[in-house]
Parts: sequence; structure tokens; C-alpha cells
Amino acid sequence: MAIAHEFSYERPQNLHAVLELKDSYRNRALIYAGGTDLVVNIKEGMVKPELLIDIKDLPELHKLCLDNGTLYIGAAVTFTDLIDTEFVFQACPMLHDACKTVASTGVRSRATLVGNICSAVPSLDSATPLLCYEAVVHCASVEGTRNIPISEWFLAPRKTAIKDREVVTGISLKIPKEKSTSVYLKLGRYGGEDLAQAGWGIWLNNAYQYRIAHCALAPIPSRAAVIEAMLNGKELTPQLIEAAVALIPQEINPISDIRSSKEYRLHVSGVMLKRGLLAAIDRMEGRVVEPAKLLGGIT
Amino acid sequence: MKEICITVNNEKRYVSVEPNEVLLDVLREKLGVKSPKCGCERGDCGACTVLLDGNAVRSCLVLAIEVEGHSIITVEGISADKLSTLQEAFIQFNSFQCGYCAPGIILAVTELLEKHPHPTLEEIKESIAGNLCRCTGYTPIFDAIMALTKVDQHTTDAEKALSQDRNPALQ
Repeated sequence: MAIAHEFSYERPQNLHAVLELKDSYRNRALIYAGGTDLVVNIKEGMVKPELLIDIKDLPELHKLCLDNGTLYIGAAVTFTDLIDTEFVFQACPMLHDACKTVASTGVRSRATLVGNICSAVPSLDSATPLLCYEAVVHCASVEGTRNIPISEWFLAPRKTAIKDREVVTGISLKIPKEKSTSVYLKLGRYGGEDLAQAGWGIWLNNAYQYRIAHCALAPIPSRAAVIEAMLNGKELTPQLIEAAVALIPQEINPISDIRSSKEYRLHVSGVMLKRGLLAAIDRMEGRVVEPAKLLGGIT
Repeated sequence: MKEICITVNNEKRYVSVEPNEVLLDVLREKLGVKSPKCGCERGDCGACTVLLDGNAVRSCLVLAIEVEGHSIITVEGISADKLSTLQEAFIQFNSFQCGYCAPGIILAVTELLEKHPHPTLEEIKESIAGNLCRCTGYTPIFDAIMALTKVDQHTTDAEKALSQDRNPALQ
């Protein structure tokens, strides 16, 4: 299928030129990085941009670094970059887990984390680590920069807090100073490329503080504040895990779709939360955890 | 229309493209490179896989205009002189039937073996999780690749080792 829609293409050499273009075209210009969502959306007529702005020539957008406890991920950093970078796993295991579950190798070598959160679909795997590590989304426009907390980023399915004239330049995650760890569990219908039927991310530290986030279980990826409040300060016991699982219906609002029914999502979330909490403890105590194997099934 | 220069299979090619032309169509229709196949056209099936600067990508989702100055390798490129050891292994283990998925799988695995010469079965499965095959059930594909993981693929010994490791069902 050739693309029927016609558009122009620009490949600016500096950020200022990107922002100028975005400022004059507003929502008629879209940012092109990996293209794995955008090109599909153009093919299917879901978006009809007049201009695509390719940002891959800007070195600052390829920046991926860990500095003073802040993990910075530029807008052109791909999932493969994140998976292959050792300090990403050390600093933020949940992000590494989540990146590995996105689509397939051929897609991950192009798709970017920033593009993923700009697409903002409900089943967004990478949203759970960003929510648990309280990421900040850095936006820029000709008027200056704006930092948006990830908790205020997702507004509705496929809708984010970005404005027409703004461009996301990167994301930063605060890596806690105290000993902490995290894990992401994704359930798909089969191993390999599938969108999540359910996704749960769990972070905990040595003082038994918990941060829990989910995706594919509500209109937008969200933190599970009620469960966190109940768990905080308490050492995990089988009874405590059961109590956390019992709160799930208060936290999520799943729908039935092609991937699974609402009832199944409610049920399997309990299984995932329980195994996820135990896996996080395992990781905290130095044991190797392979999230893909925690939910059984064919890999 | 803009004229761009792409290195396709180690040869510089000049071609005029519109911004809305995807790499897959340009390779097949304008440059006559027919091994990348058109399957789902939305990045799910992997039939259009090519190596862009050494990395497996979905050519149905890459705009041709952006690969100006970059290098594309397809199956034609990895078998210019003779079949690669991976391709030989595919023949020996009967790893394709209709053949539609084969170019994509061969390129995805070529990238894998380049980066990890001795992958585990799990790493192999992960590397081709996005390449759908509806004929073989994947087992003969894994067998062929697993046979190669035991040897150094870049020596002629690989061919020798492969012939010793022939699939018993084919003998």
C-alpha cells in the first residue's frame, strides 16, 4: 500500500529550526523519529500532516545518560538503545523490562520511548516505569521550555498534555538514592510481539515504600494509589499481598476488547500483582528475575 | 520529487522519491530489489525486513527519503558471491516452504549472529518474534540457526560442520 496522503519532509540540523517549523505549522506538522506508529497512522488516514519534521539529525536528542541520579533519555533514543545500555538496567530495571516487551526487534531498533508516550495508547508498556520513577517530560517551543510531570502527561487515550507548537526533547527519571528495585510484568496473548492484555510495574525500596503502576487496564496508564497507601511501610506477607489484590477492583477500570475480557483482566491483575511483588522482593535480595517467565505460557 | 543516493547492497544507487514513498516500495518498484516482501504493511509481519546500517528494520515503515546517505542490505546483498552459511543451513534443514518470510528471517538472524555469534534458543526466538511464518511452525528454522550457533559462521569450517549436522529427517 503506497501512502495516498501527500506531505512535505524536512530534516532540520538544529533544534531551533525544528521549533520554528513546529511554530509555523502547529498541528499540521508532526515529528518523525522512528515512524513505527506515525507511518501506520498516515497509511490508515488517522492523521494527515502537511509536514513531517525528522529529528534524527539532532545529536542532543540521541543523548542517553545517567548523571547525578537522573536518567536522561533524549527524544530520538530507541528501545534498542535502552535495552543495550547497561546502566539503564542498573538504574531502572523496570524500564529495561518494559522496553524488552515492546513489539519486536525490527520495530524496537527504530521506535523511540518518547514517540511511545506521545502515541499515548492505553496499553503503553513504557508508561509504568515512567509513572513509578516519577518522570518529567521536557517540552520545548520557540517561547521556551516546559517540564511536565508524567502524572499530568496522559489525558485520555491518545491524548497528551503537549501543545501544538511544542516538541518533546526528552524525559528524565529520578533514580532514588536509597536501595530500591523494580520489575515490570506484561501479559500478552503469546510470547513475542503483542500489545499488553495487562501490565503491572512495581517499585519498592528498603524502607518498604511501594510505587505501583498499571497499563492496559484503564483509559490511561496510572499509579495504583490506594494499593500503595495500604502497602507503604509494611513488610510483604502473604496476608498483605492478598489484601493488596483485594483492592484491585478499586484501582483499575478495564474494558473487554479483542485481547481479553474485562473479567479476565480483573482476575489476571491479581495474579500479576502478587507475582510482581514477590519478584520485586527477589530482585531486592539479589536473585535474578526473568519477568517474561513469571506468567508461564508459551514463549 | 527529490533525488537521493542510497547504498543498496554495497552499490551506490540514485533514485528520485516523493516524501510519502516508503523504502519497501522504492526498493521493489524503483530499484528492482525484490527480496523484501510486502506483507502486512504495518510492521507486524517482518516480511519487509531489511538491514539499515546493519540493524533490522521494517522497510514498510521507513520513508525512503530519510535513508539518503545510508546503507541498505537485503538478501541479494548477503549472497552476492555465494549463499551465506545461514542460507545454506536453511536449505539443509528445510527451513522454508512458501519462502515468503525467509528473506526477512534471514536478515533478522544475520543481524543477531553478527552481534551474538552463539545465541541461545531464547535469543533466537526473540530476534525473530516479529517475523511471522505460517508454513513451517518455526521448528526447522530454529534447528538451522541452532546448528550454526555451534560453529564459527565466518569460516569455511562452518559448511563442513553443517554437513555433519544434517537434519536426520533429510538423510
